[in-house]
Amino acid sequence: MKFLKYILVMLMILPFQARALAQEDTEVDLDMDEYLYGHVRDSYEWHITTINGKPVSIPLPVIVISKAGSGVHVFSSKHLEEGEYKGFSIATSGKYENKIVEKGPGGAEIRPWDFSITKNVLGLLINSAILLLIVLGTARWYRKHDATQEAPKGGVGIMEMMVSMVEDDIIKDCVGEDYKRYSPYLLTAFFFIFINNLMGIVPFFPGGANITGNIAVTLVLALFTFFTVNIFGNKHYWKDILWPDVPTWLKVPLPLMPLIEIIGMFTKPFSLMVRLFANILAGHFMILGVVAVIFLTAKMGIAVNGGLTVVAVILGVFMDCLEILVAFIQAYVFTMLSAVFIGLSRQKAETN
Amino acid sequence: MSLITPDFGLLVWMTLIFGIVFFVLAKWGFPMITDSIQKRADRINESIRQAKEAEERLRNLATEQAAIIEEASKEQTRILKEAASARDKMLEQAKAQARDEAAKIIDQARVQIAAEKESAMRDIRKEVALLSVSVAEKVLRKDLDSDEGRSELVSRFVDELRS
Repeated sequence: MKFLKYILVMLMILPFQARALAQEDTEVDLDMDEYLYGHVRDSYEWHITTINGKPVSIPLPVIVISKAGSGVHVFSSKHLEEGEYKGFSIATSGKYENKIVEKGPGGAEIRPWDFSITKNVLGLLINSAILLLIVLGTARWYRKHDATQEAPKGGVGIMEMMVSMVEDDIIKDCVGEDYKRYSPYLLTAFFFIFINNLMGIVPFFPGGANITGNIAVTLVLALFTFFTVNIFGNKHYWKDILWPDVPTWLKVPLPLMPLIEIIGMFTKPFSLMVRLFANILAGHFMILGVVAVIFLTAKMGIAVNGGLTVVAVILGVFMDCLEILVAFIQAYVFTMLSAVFIGLSRQKAETN
Repeated sequence: MSLITPDFGLLVWMTLIFGIVFFVLAKWGFPMITDSIQKRADRINESIRQAKEAEERLRNLATEQAAIIEEASKEQTRILKEAASARDKMLEQAKAQARDEAAKIIDQARVQIAAEKESAMRDIRKEVALLSVSVAEKVLRKDLDSDEGRSELVSRFVDELRS
């Protein structure tokens, strides 16, 4: 309780500081669009903070293959801050806004093949490294110990708990008999999504990259599930799609049901992709929005600003807790639905 | 909107990174963990099953024990009964034997007594005969001392012989 009191006192002081900062920052209005999208979109450098109006960021390597014929270019993204470099620049408007474009003949902007290590790629690398470290470290414990004789404690114990939860609650129940074949993929998907979700909530480097809220990332995850489902689908699965158990006039001459089933093949992973993407993106927007309240109200006087700052911080804490829950739930849901789709593709014909 | 158009470069990187992570974890990560957990779970199940079996056996053992005790007590009473009957029989037998023996001894004694009596009688008779002979001798000697007596005796003998 004493601790809580200190937090409250700190909250009361916060608005004054925020006001002081806001006044220092001259009278610059907060560009809401730039603020929101700048935080959730991918970028060529990792912006950490801004000190005295100067951005502090980690420049990242840009790797582009020109479509105009000038070959492969690798350079640091800090060259792009000034504007054009080797004919490449970041578009400020148009179809390729915030992406690297190359000046083509006639001043047209051409998008090159862009394999840059962007903020999200670096985030993916860091999070993957953390994931590998955690899981391989856990696996190492089992290699060194006889699991039948002793149970792990601490971090390994938490990992064991989570692995067995995913394995028992999701994989075994949803996939069915030959779950063993799919459990590495589903477990990888779960922990991959979970760790990226969590790292996305961490507000500073190396977290803060909006990875699972990026549609390319969720698209790849959904595609993995799509291929797993369709490559290992059994005869019964394909029969259910192409010749389902419905009245014949629904199949011949117009293949109505098969058409619907084939569309369903694609809508399932599509829903996986959109669900994860939208949930995480919305979470980021919400937290950013709540924090933005502090700065948006800075000019409205100390009373309004102070009151809303307290509200914003309390709401922010609440939102962060909610996002941690969402991070888990979305990883869980993605894994569970993947497992269900796999289970459906492995179902045996019902024997009535 | 760039937010909902997947960027090609990121797609490639994500595929690569996720592919590698998946490969590594599927090879050296999760199977190890899940197998170990499975093994432990199996072992625990097995142990529980064994414990249950042991308990079952123990319970059976108790009933078995009770059965053995019951049987033993039954046996005991049977043996006791048998022993009692054997004792009775033996006693009976012994008594009978004793009776027979006694009868035999009595018979022998009787025979012996009879024989003794016989021999005693014989002795007595002999004695009496000797005694009567000596008495007769003494009487005769007294009678023969006198002439009268002698003649009388002779006459009586003669009489006696005649008759």
